[in-house]
Amino acid sequence: MAVTTFDPIVSRRLRIPNSHTLEVYLANGGYVGLRKALSMNPEDVAAEVMTASLLGRGGAGFPAGRKWAMLKNDLVKYLVINGDESEPATFKDHELVEKDPHQIIEGTIIAAYALGVTQAFIFCRGEFALGFERLQSALNEAYEYGALGRDIFGSGFSLDMVIHPGAGAYICGEETALLESLEGKRGYPRIKPPFFPAVIGLYGKPTVVNNMETVSNLPWIVLNGGAAFAALGEGSSAGTRLFALSGHVNRPGWYEIEMAKTTFKDLIEHPELGGGIRKGRSLKAFIPGGVSAPWFGPNEMDMPLSQDAVAQAGSMLGSGSVVVMDETTCPVRAAWRITKFFSRESCGQCTPCREGSGWIERTMRRIEFGAGRMEDIDLVLDACDNISPGLSWPPKQTTICVLGPSIPSSVNSAITMFRDDFISHIKDGKCNYA
Amino acid sequence: MAHLSKELYEKCKSVVALYPEARSALIPLCHMAQGQDGWLTSEAMEDIAELTGVTPAEVRGTASFYDMLHLEPVGKHVVALCTNIACMLNGSMELLEHAEEKLGISAGGTTSDGEFTLEESECLAGCDKSPCVQVNHRFFGPLDDKGFDQLLDDLKAGKLRDDVPSHGVLSRVDRKFPLALSPSEIAAERVEMETAKSQRDEKRKISEGAN
Repeated sequence: MAVTTFDPIVSRRLRIPNSHTLEVYLANGGYVGLRKALSMNPEDVAAEVMTASLLGRGGAGFPAGRKWAMLKNDLVKYLVINGDESEPATFKDHELVEKDPHQIIEGTIIAAYALGVTQAFIFCRGEFALGFERLQSALNEAYEYGALGRDIFGSGFSLDMVIHPGAGAYICGEETALLESLEGKRGYPRIKPPFFPAVIGLYGKPTVVNNMETVSNLPWIVLNGGAAFAALGEGSSAGTRLFALSGHVNRPGWYEIEMAKTTFKDLIEHPELGGGIRKGRSLKAFIPGGVSAPWFGPNEMDMPLSQDAVAQAGSMLGSGSVVVMDETTCPVRAAWRITKFFSRESCGQCTPCREGSGWIERTMRRIEFGAGRMEDIDLVLDACDNISPGLSWPPKQTTICVLGPSIPSSVNSAITMFRDDFISHIKDGKCNYA
Repeated sequence: MAHLSKELYEKCKSVVALYPEARSALIPLCHMAQGQDGWLTSEAMEDIAELTGVTPAEVRGTASFYDMLHLEPVGKHVVALCTNIACMLNGSMELLEHAEEKLGISAGGTTSDGEFTLEESECLAGCDKSPCVQVNHRFFGPLDDKGFDQLLDDLKAGKLRDDVPSHGVLSRVDRKFPLALSPSEIAAERVEMETAKSQRDEKRKISEGAN
């Protein structure tokens, strides 16, 4: 395993000054992919994406081409881009929306053309206020330039696009909750079946929901062909991906990496990537794909950044965010904070998630702050089991959406990997890391 | 007589016109009203209800779900400090304690001069700059205690006015263009696209049959 060299795809403009403007975008290959796409038949564009084996970059990792193929045909259908990035420690869409909004818009137009959609929405997380402004400016520029609106570049294809703001709710990253929010309602996930967006989506019409990074790959795929994309990476983990690295590393940041060719060790330690753990300390654990993912330890460092490999090992590459915890990290505190997040963000529709998350959070807090009882460890695991029976991977679901079954991941990992730390918190009546 | 200014009311109408159903504009309009008042007032919610064809209670019921929409007055600067995992690993919980002490309020509170509201927030997607802070949803970080104090001083002195608009202003950029296509044109275009596609499918079948 090594860090491979390749021409970056989604991140190629991110370090260029003023990359968010049309002028810089056009000077760096902007809207060329769209022109090519418009010269092709829509179904041929879709075929390239299928060939590319482009996996959704939001978290679930479902192949984008197959998602498109599932869209029910209807005279009215919609495309919605999910830019509500809120999975803790994930910040790649944040970079893309602030630094390359035109790439998102171009990718969205290509997707709309391939799908036969005439109105598209980009849902941008509300907290990305600067990103929202840049996306709105880019949209204005794109209309002026003729890339949006009537008869795009003289192709006969017309498309309207709306940039829609979120208002602060993690759950709206779940695609059916996002559609509810876009319809002007509380972000309550819809029950599936019957509400699969491909069949019954926005305003009850067939809808494709794609992540921002997913569509950001489309201009390159159209220009270079799906096969060229699939040639990067390995197997089902094709292409490159933007990984977000944070926690106790010397160089936290986003890194575009060829999938399946690089290991977690490379990402964390390579001098041009993470640059190693701070202060020369050693690794305690890391989270491989957002806080919904079970943790890994030093033994998994040599695993490649491959969706399949990570899934087989009992976790997920999820949203592509890797959090590094060094030896000074209190696992009880880390898992408690993650549970507190889920407890705060549970939408409240389903009892196991709404009640369970709060219950686990309070018990974990009690242990962290020295008031825990020995039976609390089993109590926490039992509550987890009530949310996701068997605590298996992938998790079983007792709730409408996957927020619920994401709650046990961190707590279960912390207890399984660091039970002694829980015991010492309880015995000593305090956190020895504080 | 509307509570929203005449200019803003007209702008709201143009936003409503972007959506197939008026209610979709509810959250964008809440942001716009917050931009005027700094928080979401009952009077503004009545206007939004009228503009989107729902009841004021439905506006309130929806808005109360979302962290960014404030149903009570907040300070001039809403300082949101993330304490989620990546920031926590880099000392944000200690920074929050410092912030509480410095401002003399707990998270969720507003200083008596109305200058600052302090919030403990969930992940803001600024993890490479942790501990990260947002002021009126504009990013700062990484911050230590000293950097945080400096930020407060700069805000008070009005040094960051270009970067940090007043609270509630989500976007200083407006959409310039209305929708290019009317619903009837969209329908006509879709029929045309479908016809063209079925003709291509037909041709493909014939050529495949010939092989």
